[in-house]
Amino acid sequence: MSVTATAVHPYPKTLHPIHATLLAGTVPLFLGALLSDLAYRSSYEVQWANFASWLIAGGLVFAGLALLAALAGLFRSRGGERRPIYFLLLLAIWILGFVNALVHARDAWAAMPTGLVLSAIVAALSIVATGVGLSRRVGAPA
Amino acid sequence: MKPAGALVALACSTLVLSACGRNDPDPAQYGPDPALPEMETRLLPSMTIAEPVPWGDREPTVPQNYTITAIATDLKIPRQTLVLPNGDIIVAEGRGGNAPALQPKDVIAGYIKAKGTTSVESGDRLTLLRDKDGDGVYEEQTVYAEDLNAPYGLAFFEGKLYVANQDSLVRFDYEDGQTQASGPPAKVADLPSAINHHWTKAMTISPDGRFLYVGIGSNSNITERGMVAEVDRAMVWQVDAETGAHKPYATGLRNPTALTIQPETGQLWAVVNERDEIGPNLVPDYLTSVREGGFYGWPYSYWGSNVDPRVKPEDPEKVASAIVPDYILGSHVAALGLAFSIPAMGEQFAEGVFVGEHGSWNRKEPVGYKVVFVPFRDGRPAGDPIDFVTGFRDDDGKTRGRPVGVTVDPRGALIVADDLSNTIWRVAPVQ
Repeated sequence: MSVTATAVHPYPKTLHPIHATLLAGTVPLFLGALLSDLAYRSSYEVQWANFASWLIAGGLVFAGLALLAALAGLFRSRGGERRPIYFLLLLAIWILGFVNALVHARDAWAAMPTGLVLSAIVAALSIVATGVGLSRRVGAPA
Repeated sequence: MKPAGALVALACSTLVLSACGRNDPDPAQYGPDPALPEMETRLLPSMTIAEPVPWGDREPTVPQNYTITAIATDLKIPRQTLVLPNGDIIVAEGRGGNAPALQPKDVIAGYIKAKGTTSVESGDRLTLLRDKDGDGVYEEQTVYAEDLNAPYGLAFFEGKLYVANQDSLVRFDYEDGQTQASGPPAKVADLPSAINHHWTKAMTISPDGRFLYVGIGSNSNITERGMVAEVDRAMVWQVDAETGAHKPYATGLRNPTALTIQPETGQLWAVVNERDEIGPNLVPDYLTSVREGGFYGWPYSYWGSNVDPRVKPEDPEKVASAIVPDYILGSHVAALGLAFSIPAMGEQFAEGVFVGEHGSWNRKEPVGYKVVFVPFRDGRPAGDPIDFVTGFRDDDGKTRGRPVGVTVDPRGALIVADDLSNTIWRVAPVQ
């Protein structure tokens, strides 16, 4: 049964490799920002806050491009990528990540503790989004 | 501002300045004890950047019965001036600072702020202006010395002309009537110059000529370059004019941008630029007498013991010892010039100080962009500031000049350096 279904399924099952790379890249970037924030919190060494700022900026670039790809997927007629949950996750990551960048733009300790909380949320969301995005499609023929 | 904030700020500053940031409260904030508002932090910075335009046939506005004339134009970023015993004027010209961008914020904020300043190259020189016949017109203009490094502070005592470069204090042997230095200067002392976020080295000299006082600004707004970068910063040094030996004279002064000695008392006074990014009416720039050994708060606290929570680790002992300065000039006015007046300036302006205010950038409603007079009584500030030179900036943002150093000419004139139009202005009572 399943063998037959697979054989007739005309759609790609996974994200395009570039899309997948952009998506998965958000995890080390946003996670790195979180770890940098934790290091700043425990050491008061302001260079960690600088690292966090750059990592968030990088994460926003990756997440932004993945978001565009997901948006395109929403409107594609072929069913595989039509998944609002994945798009909404990326949208949430980008908005919260952007707010986090603004918070991190404050000088010295003014970024804390809000920046740390946002970094944790964004890192968690990017892990979830990557899991959803790279797993077998919801609604796609199996 | 870091990456994303910078992008938004860029959009705000170039597109819809007035739409970004809420209304600033009343900027009338001055005197010895004004109420300070609560700190506020915003997601988006409030900014209004000056839009430079030429003076054309306009000129700054001065009080009735005073005249203003441009006595030198097309200079290379004039900052501070000094009147020599024979009446010649020395102008320090240049632009300093070599702070590396640590974040995209620094790159983009630097770009935005540069839009409100001159694009002329740093002069790194001293220009001498001479009024040959005493009519207030300076017919002669010569380059007194070149190849300096962002000279700013100037001081003179008995044939010795001291210049504070952004990295060193040097001395010229001056002979009366000279229009050009006889040779390169001798170094008196090195000055802290690593990073040089605030690069201007303000300077004055004690009445006996023994000590030079040098203002050294902080290396950050509020320690965002780390505490290590703040060693030997945000303080006034006392430098032995003979040996070059130095000691911190007063500390915790974020950016002491002009220093001068009160003639009757020999007391050192300063104007100091305070910290940014905690609201349009915090933290006020101030005018203060500078006490030897005194600590004035930066970075741990402002206006006495108001703790700044952005600084970690905290230092409650330092906060408890912080001196409340004498007189608030207003938040973000960017006071860069200071000079005691003399009776020859006219009755209303006889006793007090002139303060050059370069003007704000990180505030929606601009403040500063003028020269004010703070009246004194019994040697202390008494009363509200009075506008002395205005008209540098129009309400529509067009900005023709930005005052920096102010110097009182003993003949009865105020010399104002304008580093946007690269002009030296002379304001004098009508005879």
